[in-house]
Amino acid sequence: MYSYDKYDQSIVDGRVAEFRDQVKRRLAGEITEDQFKPLRLMNGLYLQLHAYMLRVAIPYGTLDSRQMHKLADIARKYDRGYGHFTTRQNIQYNWIKLEDCPDLLDDLASVEMHAIQTSGNCIRNISSDQYAGAAADEVTDPRPWAELLRQWSSFHPEFSFLPRKFKIAVIASKEDRAAMRLHDIGIELTQKNGEIGARVFVGGGMGRTPMIAPEIGPFVKAEDLLSYIEACMRVYNRFGRRDNMYKARIKILVHEIGADEYRRQVEEEFAHVKKLGIDPPLAELERITEFFAPPEFAADADIKVDRSDPDFALWLDQNVKDHKQPGYAIVNISLKPIGGIPGDASADQMDVMAEIAKQYSFDELRVTHAQNIVLPHVAKKDLHTVWRALREAKLADANLDLISDIISCPGLDYCSLANARSIPVAQKIATRFADMDRQRDLGELKLKISGCINACGHHHAGHIGILGVDRKGVENYQLTFGGSGAEDVAIGKIIGPGFDEDGIVDAVEKATDVYRELREEGERFLDTYRRVGVTPFKEAIYG
Amino acid sequence: MKLLTGNDLKSGAVTWWTGSDWSIHVEHAADVGEHGESILQAEEGARRVNAPYIIDAVDTAEGPRPAHIKERVRALGPTVRPDLTLKPADPDAGDWVI
Ligand code: SF4
Repeated sequence: MYSYDKYDQSIVDGRVAEFRDQVKRRLAGEITEDQFKPLRLMNGLYLQLHAYMLRVAIPYGTLDSRQMHKLADIARKYDRGYGHFTTRQNIQYNWIKLEDCPDLLDDLASVEMHAIQTSGNCIRNISSDQYAGAAADEVTDPRPWAELLRQWSSFHPEFSFLPRKFKIAVIASKEDRAAMRLHDIGIELTQKNGEIGARVFVGGGMGRTPMIAPEIGPFVKAEDLLSYIEACMRVYNRFGRRDNMYKARIKILVHEIGADEYRRQVEEEFAHVKKLGIDPPLAELERITEFFAPPEFAADADIKVDRSDPDFALWLDQNVKDHKQPGYAIVNISLKPIGGIPGDASADQMDVMAEIAKQYSFDELRVTHAQNIVLPHVAKKDLHTVWRALREAKLADANLDLISDIISCPGLDYCSLANARSIPVAQKIATRFADMDRQRDLGELKLKISGCINACGHHHAGHIGILGVDRKGVENYQLTFGGSGAEDVAIGKIIGPGFDEDGIVDAVEKATDVYRELREEGERFLDTYRRVGVTPFKEAIYG
Repeated sequence: MKLLTGNDLKSGAVTWWTGSDWSIHVEHAADVGEHGESILQAEEGARRVNAPYIIDAVDTAEGPRPAHIKERVRALGPTVRPDLTLKPADPDAGDWVI
């Protein structure tokens, strides 16, 4: 894992001291809320429905046990004993007091963490593949590249006041586990003639106008990456709409001028930027890469796993994935217990996950955009022990990628922008489909719920998506089908009029009945929907 | 009826104007009638409460009930965590929101 040098640490410590002073002045009435709001937002502090909410950055979703323990401590000390892992691989605390915030940020800084650039119209936390460094299908570990971009984008003076917020994802596999093309910039590292370079996609996103990013740079060399991304940003910063916040994201610019014209402008700008010498020497990427050296795997690790316990075998089949190193596995910890709150973990659960990671996963954890946690490097011989420890902490639900593994934003239970509650809908659907045999029979089915059109719950990318809307003060839920955030990326389509809270659960159930009736061998829900179209689903749901 | 609400500057807690002070309990909220704007300006000027605003509510036997569900969620707490609401001991408290 990357670790701060003295410059990183002094930048973060300096920011905490600066914010401490700003909070003091706000509490003393020396500055108004209008003056203070942009300052607190720059430090990830929002005002939500019930209290201040702090969003903490987890760079490319990677944590060590010391950091996870600290997140648990913070939940106990400053919040109400839990945190919420988000679709941007971050964590949010819902009950923070303004007067406590500087001390909290000091605690975070003590483990090389912060909340900088988790809000505002700047480049947000860089996200990545949760299996980075462990996936058999990656061409390289994407995290050093993500770290390089993190360093470049942190406090970038030119990009601190963009037309709108800006999200970048980096992956290095054909299988897209990070919804890469639904980001403002999505980077897929790829290999050409033995050289690693970047396919750069620009102008994707969800929200009110969902779009899939077109490819702009087919192969950007490592030594040109920062100049190229800088050029992408400069064109956006110059021409992005600042007059209309609903049209201010880069996806609107790329869509309006067209991918070809945007690419032409980027190339023109790149020719200029390249001369400025902002790209670090390749030795810098190599230096960063050393922080992400593979752990010392045992060369002769046992590859056999005793599957005689049926519950353990179920968990193995559903939540454990192949690792590139023989004798090791990737463990997915579901934060989606039936009837629970998607993405929430108690402080005690965080401590358990940290402890297990320390003992059994080379001290590493990852947060996934699907609001789960990953132990990336677990020896197969330890899987049963890990499973038992997780089960003890109620963290062993074997439902990864099944219908109850629902992405849900906080919705109207917490979020001041919400139109409707998302979490109760997730809870009701998960409860309706609680039976494991039923869930496994339905197979991979990604259900995603947002409480408003901002789409933090990625409903556009759900095989089944649910969007909460406000119908004259009453919660109503729209249903979309056919979305995907994976390599078969697609935006879901609304299938008809909305439902109330119970009606939406029934509608989802009817859709799964249609799928079971019409599916062909090996087809997922999404495949069947794509093959047969919306009509049989509509007939069953509205007929 | 009209209520004046905001969030406490220090704690961020939801708070309601009672006619003379602020309370975290919506039952204590006073009908500000036509005076909301002037109270709001005075209170914001005094910076006791963050971003106060006026909402519609209905007078009921149990006290004021905000007209919009969002304000009722604010008034009680998250419907999905009854233990974290202002009425953790009342299992039916969530019905008031919906
Ligand atoms: S999608 Fe809307 S309701 Fe959900 S967290 Fe985002 S802004 Fe809030």
